[in-house]
Amino acid sequence: MPVGAAAAPRDPALPARVALTVVALLLLWPALELTEFDPRKLFAPDSLRTMGRFLGTFFPLALEADFLGLVLRSALETLALATAGMALAVALAVPLSLAVSDSLSISRLGPSRGARLRRALRLPLRLLLVVMRSIPEIVWALLFVRAVGLGPAAGILAIAINYAGMLGKVYFEIYEAGDTRPARAVLEAGGGRLHAFAYGILPVSLPELVSYTVYRWECAIRASVVMGFVGAGGLGQQMELSMRMLAGGEVATMLIAFFALVMLADGISALLRKVLT
Amino acid sequence: MKLDVDALHLTLPGGHRALAGVSLAVARGERVAVIGPSGAGKTSLLRVLGLALRPTAGALAMADVDPWVLPARALQQLRGRIGLIHQAPPLPPRQRLVTAVLAGRLGAFGLWRGLASLAYPADIAGARAALARLDLAERLFDRCDRLSGGQLQRVGVARVLYQRPDLILADEPVSALDPQLADQTVGELQREAQARSVTLVASLHAVDLALKWFPRIVGLRDGAVVFDCPPVRVSDAMLHELYATESQTLPVQGSAPLARPAPLSRTARRGAQPLCR
Repeated sequence: MPVGAAAAPRDPALPARVALTVVALLLLWPALELTEFDPRKLFAPDSLRTMGRFLGTFFPLALEADFLGLVLRSALETLALATAGMALAVALAVPLSLAVSDSLSISRLGPSRGARLRRALRLPLRLLLVVMRSIPEIVWALLFVRAVGLGPAAGILAIAINYAGMLGKVYFEIYEAGDTRPARAVLEAGGGRLHAFAYGILPVSLPELVSYTVYRWECAIRASVVMGFVGAGGLGQQMELSMRMLAGGEVATMLIAFFALVMLADGISALLRKVLT
Repeated sequence: MKLDVDALHLTLPGGHRALAGVSLAVARGERVAVIGPSGAGKTSLLRVLGLALRPTAGALAMADVDPWVLPARALQQLRGRIGLIHQAPPLPPRQRLVTAVLAGRLGAFGLWRGLASLAYPADIAGARAALARLDLAERLFDRCDRLSGGQLQRVGVARVLYQRPDLILADEPVSALDPQLADQTVGELQREAQARSVTLVASLHAVDLALKWFPRIVGLRDGAVVFDCPPVRVSDAMLHELYATESQTLPVQGSAPLARPAPLSRTARRGAQPLCR
């Protein structure tokens, strides 16, 4: 090595990375301990036999015409439930996300007087979004089943509230993650908050917004099945009945119908993304 | 719009002192070029004049009013009378030119007309006329991501021309254009300023362009005004001192020697004080 030549500098990011990995492992280990997660139990002969017996009842599939008619009607009900719930959720989430977004704030330019106050006013709204999404949809469903009775209405309301919380948070994160300069430029030229959204944010992040919304719609279809178990209608309610009667063939047919629904949502999502970009 | 700036200081959130006591009085309809090395505070000055950043200290009056004591609504209206041309125009890639140009007048459109214009462009003829002044009329319905950097920069100019502001601020508006187009574009800004008595403040990297087109040259360095002179009294020595930290050659766009509107006599040059005003 020539005299005076320094050794190649070490990557200064190394210690931070090592520390992060160690912390992550330290946090993960107690979590596994706490939940008594033991993969060996899954493969114990007893468990395997029980699962095998349950799966065995799946065949033959239940394919009677009137049962298929019932499955179709329930699938449509699930689809309608998820879609109506999502429509309501989007209608709630869009104004909320606009209200809590910092990059659409006119008072932040400068910043002018009252910017801090307005920022503080956005905090309770963000808290509201947290409450809406931190209570699981199944709990909302149980609540609404008591309020409006058994059936899809409870499921729709549960999805609307819970998903509005999630959509609102992710929407405003998408606004902030994209290029916010176009929106800022609109505000700087005297445009209003909604102008800045329509002319600055939407054209930048519309594909992400749509793709996330469609993904959430797919989640809503799955969630509506789970909520059916507590009496909120759709495929889930039928599946719960069949499971209680230990009719494995019927459960299997409904799982296939369910699979088809999720595939459908996936296809629509891919199509929309292609059209919008 | 008349501008009065007195002992303006701006410290950016990171602690960087961008402006350190800038004083400048610009009459209505006056055309001023701001030149100086990179980091001199040109962009900061324009952003303060554009009411995007609030000065840390010092007095700012636009049309004899301190903008930062105005109520929110009046401040927003004042912003609508100011057009800032960005060096990198903040245009969403998927937005069409017609929409991008019409966005310039959102402050005047009001909420509903602005939003309805997304469904059907509110003023196709107006947008086309603004683009035509920069030779882009035939690209009216193209998307911004179909344009080159230089074309995009001209769309940013067209947008501000369409806005018809009383104060045009231009931050290196022709940095991505070849000399001929740069000349044409700066000429178009001059015509607009003279035709409507618009105040024009432009920062320019190319010294020759500034000297050719602007009746008043402000040299900025380290956040302070070094000289403020008509172009005939800006000597080569003053320019070399202004750009001392950069390379030996002055930043120009053409290859011809620096030309002033009127030839300089030796005595005039000797008599010129470094700070003309």
